[in-house]
Amino acid sequence: MTPGTSDDVLIRVEGVHFARAGRPVFDGLDLTVRRGRVVAIMGPSGTGKTTLLRLIGGQLRPDRGRVMVDGQEVARLGRGDLFRLRERMGVLFQSGALLTDLSVYDNVAFPLREHTDLPEALIRDLVLMKLESVGLRGARDLMPAELSGGMARRVALARAIALDPLLVLYDEPFTGQDPISMGVLVRLIRRLNDAMGLTSVVVSHDVEETAAIADDIYVISGGKVVEQGSRDELAASTSPWVRQFMRGEPDGPVPFHYPAPDLADDLLGGEGA
Amino acid sequence: MNDGLAALGRWGLGVFQRLGRGHLFLAHVLAGLPTLLPRPGLVIAQLHAVGVLSLVIIVVSGLFVGMVLGLQGYNTLVDFGAEESLGVVVALSLVRELGPVVSALLFAGRAGSALTAEIGLMKATEQLAGMEMMAVDPLQRVIGPRFLAGFLAMPLLAAIFSAVGVFGGYFVGVGLLGVDDGAFWSQMQAKVDLHEDVYNGVIKSVVFGFVAAWIAVFEGYDAPPTAEGVSRATTRTVVHTALAVLGLDFVLTALMFGE
Ligand SMILES: Nc1ncnc2c1ncn2[C@@H]1O[C@H](COP(=O)(O)OP(=O)(O)O)[C@@H](O)[C@H]1O
Ligand SMILES: [Mg+2]
Repeated sequence: MTPGTSDDVLIRVEGVHFARAGRPVFDGLDLTVRRGRVVAIMGPSGTGKTTLLRLIGGQLRPDRGRVMVDGQEVARLGRGDLFRLRERMGVLFQSGALLTDLSVYDNVAFPLREHTDLPEALIRDLVLMKLESVGLRGARDLMPAELSGGMARRVALARAIALDPLLVLYDEPFTGQDPISMGVLVRLIRRLNDAMGLTSVVVSHDVEETAAIADDIYVISGGKVVEQGSRDELAASTSPWVRQFMRGEPDGPVPFHYPAPDLADDLLGGEGA
Repeated sequence: MNDGLAALGRWGLGVFQRLGRGHLFLAHVLAGLPTLLPRPGLVIAQLHAVGVLSLVIIVVSGLFVGMVLGLQGYNTLVDFGAEESLGVVVALSLVRELGPVVSALLFAGRAGSALTAEIGLMKATEQLAGMEMMAVDPLQRVIGPRFLAGFLAMPLLAAIFSAVGVFGGYFVGVGLLGVDDGAFWSQMQAKVDLHEDVYNGVIKSVVFGFVAAWIAVFEGYDAPPTAEGVSRATTRTVVHTALAVLGLDFVLTALMFGE
């Protein structure tokens, strides 16, 4: 993969160090996301995928290094500029994060009503179009509690694209989905990306599904990118770590055990004695 | 001994940190209130939720408190042959003390805890973080209307409580115990002072409303985003509001009526 020219790059993460509760999460992370692509960022749970999205969205600041989005350093933006940048970013949270006191229709209308002065008739047209694009125009009057997990995520997706963003960030869009709604979501992400001219960042540990739609894949572990490339390049990787991850083997370079004292010592009360 | 001291120190620091966060939070919320001016619908919806939530309990409690006041007051006054003053006793107790204080306590239990739980759950389910990522400030959009609604509802609820309470006292005193109808009202009219009594009562309920609404929304916003965190925060709202209201009531009473 060739790094794009600077105009071609939407997100550039450069040497990011970030620690949480004294424990390093990122230790010199570098990656680039080019415009118009679907980029997958994969890694086991707890590697900091959600943290990375929060750094890109400016909810967290790196301890060192820079996160550039559309030519702006996110951590340096004032509140007003940061909010203007976020208006052009759609985020799909792990939980969907729909507003539980609003109907499906009002959830999708929410960003339009907050950020535009469009007349209600036009908002209605836009909302119905967005809902149509995720196949849920008929569900407009339901409340979030009445939706299945897959439907909730599609509504959240319709909301995320309501303002025609530049970029959509997906946090684990496939977890907890049955195979059918998983397939729906996978195709939807790709289709919306191409039809709306978006750039998509999909963070996930569902290797198969994510790899199927990604143009570029980054695998992160231990706070760094350990492998990057297309799906075929990754499948051909010789790194034992990547092979373990892509094939889902339980033990390998990534240990099954969380670091712990020796079991025998532990059982004999090593610490307490 | 040293451990105990260290724990005490940590606890103290924690308390002051929370106090600091609470005040910064309040400043931020107050600064965001003007953004609600063009959108009164947001506040009205919350006013409806908070007010209607509390209305039944306020009316029923007000009625019973008034009836008890009528009964107790009559038993005391009749010994001095002063049962005609029953209206004054009932009205003064309600307007000066029981109206603002009891309705604030009921408000904390009914509406304050609901506000805390709602905001805490919105936080736990990433709704607030989601809003921030949609470039909407939850302090302006979610907290502001709820705070303002709680603050505005409190004096109204206290007024309803007192009014219903007076009728409770009237019902027992005049209706059941035979106090003279005209004397009940005319004595009340003559002895209850608009400035001294009614305004001071209103000031109390305004202060209590401010504090109760502040505690409720802050506890929700500051709750750890877990089931346990939200449930503890809900309890804290009720306990802290009760303590704050009773403490402030003493201070305000001393300032207003103490010589
Ligand atoms: N609020 C927090 N406080 C302290 N540590 C956190 C917090 N959030 C996440 N972490 C830690 O940061 C690491 C990365 O978390 P996260 O980005 O959520 O991982 P992922 O999304 O890849 O599963 C984890 O080890 C987690 O324990
Ligand atoms: Mg995560």
